[in-house]
Formats: sequence, structure tokens, C-alpha cells
Amino acid sequence: MSGSSEPLAIDVRGIRRVYKVKPKPVVALDGVDLAVEPGEFFGLLGPNGAGKTTLIKILTTLLLPSEGEARIFGFDVQRQTRQIRRIMNMVAGGEQSGYGILTVREQLWMFSQFYGLPSRDGWNRVDELIDAVGLDEQRQQRVSTLSTGQRQKMNFARGLLNDPWIFFLDEPTLGLDVSAARSVRELVLAWKAAVPGRTILLTTHYMAEADELCDRIAIVDHGRILALGTPDELKRRVQRESVFRIELDRLEGGVGALRRLRGVVSATLAAGDQADGQAERQTVEVNLALVDDAALGEVVGALGGLGAQILALRKFEPSLEDVFVELVGRGFDDEPAHTGDEPRSDPDDREPLAPQTETTDSREREEEVVA
Amino acid sequence: MSAGRPAVPGRNAFVYRPTASPQAAAQWTRRQVVMTNLRTVAGRAYPRVTGLFREKSWVFFEILLPFLSTSAFVFVYRALQAPPQYIGFVVLGGAMTAFWLNVIWMMAQQLWWEKSQGNLELYFAAPMNIMAVLFGMAFGGFVMSSTRATAVLIISTAIYGVTFSIDQWALLIGVFFLTLAALYGLGMLLASLFLMWGREAWHLTQLLVEPVYFVSGLNFPIARLGVLGSVAISILPLAVGLDAMRQLAFAGAAYPIGTPSPLIEAAILVVMVVVFLVLSRWALAMLERLARKEGRLSVRWQ
Repeated sequence: MSGSSEPLAIDVRGIRRVYKVKPKPVVALDGVDLAVEPGEFFGLLGPNGAGKTTLIKILTTLLLPSEGEARIFGFDVQRQTRQIRRIMNMVAGGEQSGYGILTVREQLWMFSQFYGLPSRDGWNRVDELIDAVGLDEQRQQRVSTLSTGQRQKMNFARGLLNDPWIFFLDEPTLGLDVSAARSVRELVLAWKAAVPGRTILLTTHYMAEADELCDRIAIVDHGRILALGTPDELKRRVQRESVFRIELDRLEGGVGALRRLRGVVSATLAAGDQADGQAERQTVEVNLALVDDAALGEVVGALGGLGAQILALRKFEPSLEDVFVELVGRGFDDEPAHTGDEPRSDPDDREPLAPQTETTDSREREEEVVA
Repeated sequence: MSAGRPAVPGRNAFVYRPTASPQAAAQWTRRQVVMTNLRTVAGRAYPRVTGLFREKSWVFFEILLPFLSTSAFVFVYRALQAPPQYIGFVVLGGAMTAFWLNVIWMMAQQLWWEKSQGNLELYFAAPMNIMAVLFGMAFGGFVMSSTRATAVLIISTAIYGVTFSIDQWALLIGVFFLTLAALYGLGMLLASLFLMWGREAWHLTQLLVEPVYFVSGLNFPIARLGVLGSVAISILPLAVGLDAMRQLAFAGAAYPIGTPSPLIEAAILVVMVVVFLVLSRWALAMLERLARKEGRLSVRWQ
């Protein structure tokens, strides 16, 4: 529980989820604990098969945990499903829900009825949301003719129909182009800012997206939370040195002269300089790793003594990808074939387990669906 | 970061019904619950009713093809010099075929289709009772099929000169609606069962079409089937409803004996309605439990 008397937006304790499939059970979640405060924008970051979608399905009352308990604003996901369903909504990337024969306006009205909006209110609400998500021109267009980006905007409008207190976003920008993805992110932020206490749980494997949007992030892999914190806290975990790139007009004595300076851990020529050769270049770029930022002053002073003039100086921050690689030992794209992918389907669709399919990049899957 | 009263008190696209807290928003009155379920029925029926008028080619094929298959039996009976009321039996059967096809194709395997589209998990994640979705599908399907059935009935009656002889209008209308209620109740039950059985819904549907045509006596009086006909009457709403409607619509005609009176058949239909609705509610509850336990509400790519 949080410090105050009000319940946590998400309170997960010891959740385990095992899918009984052949040839052996798959552990999708392996003892997850999570506490998300009301009003937080919380991210679950991990590769395919990490357990993100399984956790979302449990929290949205669509799946029962094998062990453990979870609560949404104090309501038990196993026993108080009705209450939870009244205050939450969800949108997934690549979602193809609804009926192609309906127009955007009709489709949204239909969903508004499922949340009990009076018919006329429903039409008004739909019109407001269509304007808000920028689908004005597609208002009377059939759903089957929408582009992927337009469809996802419509899905967002659907997700906001009931004014949810908690919004679950499962890879919401999957398959979207840069512009559409940005538009979706802006929408989410605007919606959240409108009412204090609105909470978002975002799953993504786009690290930049998590970095940009989330107050806190949990990095998950193979059903476990490997690290949890704000993006800055996570990055500091892997930042053991201060790394700079310095562009100089010349460097007498080479990088060896820099390595001898106090506070310098390493000094190497930037990749371009190594490839092109210093003789043909007008400037020299050097990557410097220092024990800390304070060592920079001494280096700058020493460079004058070496006859070098600084033309540019840039500090490198670690990315969430660096954090992930540090924690998991591989990048998202280096995911090994394994059978631990979270089964998202009924058992009929899971047999036999095919590693190639299980590890298919979800971006590829999205393209198949759209095609 | 705490849940409190909205900073934006006015209503806009991002603030529809401001509530003091998630706990307050989660508490619904009984009226809210009932109205949400009623609105869900209307909402889910909407695509079917709208679709009826939006795809005009559907109307053409849904009327012309059943009319042709009804006509084939009319010509067979004429060639065999069967009693004239048999033409009426076939026309009535042809009209009722529309409802059975709707139940089997657009009710029984609908949840399976909804699952593959990604709609099913959205239904279950919404606060209404899933039975309301099924009622909406049934109501929409009834409107769709009524158009087809009425057209087949009117066109066939006009072309083949069918003469109805109706003494008990009220009972006939009552039996008609009871038949539909039982049929769609069966459809709701099958929808849950097909979803639980898995991906073979399409095959199961195929399996049920022709045999049910036969044992329901769509093209001949069910009494001709003897014991098999009696069994059909006891379990198939289409068989018992059609038999009762034939007896009532052609009151003066010599009807093959061996089946119960329309009043008894109406009572059988009442029992069927209750049983199918209770069973479908039970099956849905079981389906949800099983689906949440085994993760069956969505398919792999969702």
C-alpha cells in the first residue's frame, strides 16, 4: 500500500502465471511484485515473451493468475471484476476490433453503449472524442477503410469513452509511423493531464517511448522484474563513468597523451577517425571516459598544453537500451529462441509450440495483420 | 500524485463524467447496471440492423437463393401431385430456414469470430453482462432474418398461390415468437459451447445445417418421420415450432397425425426457452471462468 490511506492504483504481489501447454508448461510470470501509485505513468519494458501482456491481461481481469494477488485501486482482479471494468479501459497495438461495415462514428457509439452511456450522450461523446483524436475527416468513413494510424486513433477514442481512471496500453504504437506514434503519445499525455490521479500502465519494447513517457519503468524479462525505477535512476545504474566526445583541431602526441592525464579512464579515437585516418582530416574526435565529471576541468586545461583547441564537447548519457543490455546480457533484437514467450492465445493456438513463431518480432506480426 | 477531484471540472473530450475517486466511479446503482445491459443490447444489435441496409447485395442473395431452394421443393410436390397444403408447408419451412441459418451462422459461431477479431476480450473487459451482448446479437439477427423470411413468404405465396387458413391468430403469433425465442436461446447456448470447443466452430456449424433441416421437417411435415420426428420435436425448437405453425396456418387442411397439438407444442417451446436461456447463462459463466483460467479470450496475435 502507498503511504496514504488511499489504495495503490496497481498492487501486485507474488503473481505467477503458468500456461499448461505441451511439451512443458510455460512460466509467463514468475513472482512479480509491483506497486504503482495513483497518477503514475508506469512502463513495463521488455522483449517479446517477457510477460508484459500476460500481466496486463491479469490486471484487466481477462486472465487469472496461477498464484499471488493483484488489486486495481483496491479491487481484487479475481473477485471484483465488475468494479474494475467500470473504471478501466485498454488499447492494444494492432487492434482490429469492431465491425468494418460501421463508420467510425457508429463503431464508437456502439462501444459507448457497452459502458452505459445514454444514446444521445454517446453520440455527443463520440463526436467530442473524434475531434480530440483528429479523425474529423474520417467520421463517416467505414472502419474497414481506415489506415493503421487512423485505426489506432479510433481505438484510443474507444478506450477513452468511459473516462477510465486507469488506462492499460499494450504496445500502443506498434506498427505506426513516426508521425502517428507521436500523435498517439501526445493524446495519451493530454488525457492523463486532464484529471489528477489518472494512471497509465504502458507496455512497450520501444525504449525511447518508455523513456519519454514514463514516470517509472520496470524492466522485465522471462517473467521477472529485473529493475525498477525512474528512467534516470535506471540509467545511473549503468553509468559508472562520465563519457564525453571531444572534437579538437589537432592532437599532438595522439590519444596516448590523453590517457596519461589524471582522471582519464580511457581515451580512444572516434570510429570515423580511426577509419579515415587522422592525416586526411582537419579535426580529431576523441571519446573520453573520465572517473567523474570533475575530471573534465583538468583534461580541458591539459589539452591547451598539448596545443589542441576544443571545437566541440558533448556528454554521452546511457540509454535505456544500455540498461537493458547490462541487466539482461543482450539487446531486444538479440533475443534468443526460447519457449518462454507469453502465450497470448488459447491452447488450441499454441500447439505445437514453434520457437520461430514464438520469437517473431511483433513489428513483423503487425505488418502481417495490416496486410 | 494522488487521486482527487478533477482539476478540470467542466466536461470536455478528456473529461466526460467527473467522479471524486476511482472507488466512487466503481460503485454503480442497480439502475445503472440494468440500463447498461439494455444499452448493450441496442449497441450490439446496431451493426446487424445497419448492415442489413448497407450491403444491398446481401438482401438480394439472402432472398433470391432461399426462394429458389423453396421453389425446387414446390415443383417436386407438384410433380408428385401431393396435396396442395404441402406447397404451403414448404413455403413456411423456406421462410423459417432464414432464422435457422442466422442462428447457426451468426449466433452459434459468432463468439468464435469475435474472438478472432479481438472483440471478445473487449466485451469481457467492459462492465456489462456478456449475456446482453448475446441478446443484442440475437435481436439484430432476428431483424435481419425477418426481412428475408417475410420476403420469401410473400413472394412464394404470391407466385405459388398458397392459401392460408388461420383460426387462431393469437396462438400462431405466440408460437412464432416462442419459436424464435427458443431458436435464439439455442443459438446463445451454442455460441458459448462452440467457443469452448475451440477452432472447429466452422465445421460444427456445417455439421448442424443439413441434419437439422432434415429432422426439423423444413420441407415436409415432421410427422412423416415417425419416432425420429417425435424426438426432434422434443429437442429442436425449429421442429416443434414449425410443426405448430403449420397446424395453425393450415387449419382446414388434412394434416398428418402423430404430432402433439399446437397448444402442447407451445408449452414445449416455453420449456425450451427457459432451458436454453438458463443453460446459455450457465455456459457463458463457465466459459468466462475457463477462459480466464486458461487464457482463451484472445488469439495469439492480439
